[in-house]
Amino acid sequence: MGGGAEYENDLNFKATELRLGLPGTGCINEEKAVSGAKNNKRPLLETREERGSKGKSDPQHDEQETDPAPKARIVGWPPIRSYRKNSLQPKKAEAEAAAGMYVKVSMDGAPYLRKIDLKVYKGYPELLKALENMFKLTIGEYSEREGYKGSEYAPTYEDKDGDWMLVGDVPWDMFLTSCKKLRIMKGSEARGLGCGV
Amino acid sequence: MNYFPDEVLEHIFDFVTSQRDRNSVSQVCKPWYKIESSSRQKVFVGNCYAISPERVIERFPGLKSITLKGKPHFADFNLVPPDWGGFVYPWIEAFARNNMGLEELKLKRMIISDECLELISRSFANFKSLVLVSCEGFSTDGLAAIASNCSFLRELDLQENDVEDHRGHWLSCFPDTCTSLVSLNFACLKGDVNLAALERLVARSPNLRSLRLNHAVPLDILQKILMRTPHLVDLGVGSYVHDPDSETYNKLVTALQKCKSVRSLSGFLEAAPQCLSAFHLICPNLTSLNLSYAPGIHGTELRKLIRHCRKLQRLWILDCIGDEGLEVVASSCKDLQEIRVFPSDPFVGNAAVTEVGLVALSSGCPKLHSILYFCQQMTNAALITVAKNRPNFTRFRLCILDPTKPDAVTNQPLDEGFGAIVHSCKGLRRLSMSGRLTDRVFLYIGMYAEQLEMISIAFAGDTDEGMQYLLNGCKKLRKLEIRDCPFGNAALLMDVGKYETMRSLWMSSCNVTLGGCKSLAKKMPMLNVEIINETDQMDISADDRQKAEKMFLYRTLAGRRKDAPEFVWTL
Repeated sequence: MGGGAEYENDLNFKATELRLGLPGTGCINEEKAVSGAKNNKRPLLETREERGSKGKSDPQHDEQETDPAPKARIVGWPPIRSYRKNSLQPKKAEAEAAAGMYVKVSMDGAPYLRKIDLKVYKGYPELLKALENMFKLTIGEYSEREGYKGSEYAPTYEDKDGDWMLVGDVPWDMFLTSCKKLRIMKGSEARGLGCGV
Repeated sequence: MNYFPDEVLEHIFDFVTSQRDRNSVSQVCKPWYKIESSSRQKVFVGNCYAISPERVIERFPGLKSITLKGKPHFADFNLVPPDWGGFVYPWIEAFARNNMGLEELKLKRMIISDECLELISRSFANFKSLVLVSCEGFSTDGLAAIASNCSFLRELDLQENDVEDHRGHWLSCFPDTCTSLVSLNFACLKGDVNLAALERLVARSPNLRSLRLNHAVPLDILQKILMRTPHLVDLGVGSYVHDPDSETYNKLVTALQKCKSVRSLSGFLEAAPQCLSAFHLICPNLTSLNLSYAPGIHGTELRKLIRHCRKLQRLWILDCIGDEGLEVVASSCKDLQEIRVFPSDPFVGNAAVTEVGLVALSSGCPKLHSILYFCQQMTNAALITVAKNRPNFTRFRLCILDPTKPDAVTNQPLDEGFGAIVHSCKGLRRLSMSGRLTDRVFLYIGMYAEQLEMISIAFAGDTDEGMQYLLNGCKKLRKLEIRDCPFGNAALLMDVGKYETMRSLWMSSCNVTLGGCKSLAKKMPMLNVEIINETDQMDISADDRQKAEKMFLYRTLAGRRKDAPEFVWTL
């Protein structure tokens, strides 16, 4: 969708923009903090401003947005009816619980399984790194064409339908809701997954 | 005209239905006033405290249908404490006492108790229609009273109310003799309902045209109900949870094939998107679709559904539709008139809805005139394009989830963008803005928004001039609500007479002081100037320089209200 490209453009624009502010001043709202009756609200808003003004963010790295401990809650904002707010919130909590954030991780040949909390990771790179650390192995980088080529191991997961899928194919959010358990395949079985189809 | 007998005039007035027109008719001369008032059947009271029930009864003795609105609009967003007011009981009690032949009651943002519902059900023999929107204070016991006693009930429509649920007994209270139901909407009820009673009720209601179920009605019951209601025009699906076994699914498809009249679809409160294809059958005829309570429907399944809805005029959706989904709407729904895009996560929002979706809609949908759009970001360029594409907007409400966010590309305030909207959309009646906005945008609004009746402002403006431009310029302004803006006494007191031409003014977290409000109240005895005081420290003799945290003023013929709680002071 081009989310990544827009992120890049935003950064470049800011870097080359001629402004009257002192070097190092961030967005307009920091300057605005000096004026007006809203001082006690500005600092709260800045945190959200800085995050928000990055524009469209890559959905895979969206996790910093879904901060479980929300920082800047303004009373009565956004302006939606309490009825609507209440009916959406419990669903989100349910969805998160149902996602089964603690999943078992098995590795071929290992004597026992481990468990990890998927919520802790913001995306695939972090997850893979954690797995590498946990099992003392190298998985390498994902490519759509060849999976985890060059590695002896392939991280896979069992989805809601009971199928074993290669980790990395689907967007992170979708992975979170469909992953039931992880399995690190080893050896010839692993290489088989990387090729073809 | 005075040569016509009264009956003839009355007959002519029967053709004048809009309240505004009837008000005009009644002001022509005394005889016309008398005839119009005695024959008027339908009354709309936009602020239940603007007039007393006794006065309404006195003027309109033939009243059969009344709409009442209570709390200020910002009460929807938790800015007004509970028990602020908006009690409907005094109205019902007055109607009952005066033997009014009340048949229809529509309430919005009011408090209605079970006792009151019971009173309604016993006092008005011909009571036909009860519509409650965003109300509270009652339970399913009150609904049971309505069901039991209103023999000719046609309509029971509950929209987004906070109802205490004592389980599904109320549905069984409709007597077997009740066969008059045309419209039944209980989607907002949280508890279980007696499914057998529901089926029997539907079976004996041949005139049923609108049915909106709550989450407790599962797929197999839905299918059975649909088999009995082939003439249904408006359907609210309750629960659509589990992937049904193929038999139930096939039965549902068969039932839907019979429902050739469905034009409006909503609900899917818990939805498994895979079953949606059953509804593709009715999509081509749909004019109204509300999926704003269905977070489970998104992505490809949602887009597939939308592509089938070529006749759609009204769409309420969640932002998980994304810009991509909105582009599908723009290319498929050429008859679209109204769209509302709600946030699926109220505090973060989905990064997928931005100015791109808005521009696509404005360019693809030539009849689009009403929009409510919650999004992550906006740009002036986009708003200027939208204004050029779509000068026919009558309602334009934009909510950027980060309320003071500037133009996402240029970092400028969004003054120019909104300025373009008000300049181009000459028929604009309602406007809500957000994002970084200076006094300049109010200059534009004052200059160009000649038809504007209602405006909502938050975190905008720099000085009193902003509000002054607004009050000076917008001659047709009726409702103004402002929160967290640096407008103070100078703006508030600039033109005090203006407030008598308006329904109400709300100002919270602004710079108006207690002294300013007192001064206004003194100058304008026909206004109720109310201060909502939620902190203990402040009292009425407090320093006038203290800020009035929440002020709500409205014109009234009824004087100060007698039911104001302790924390509300009428100055």
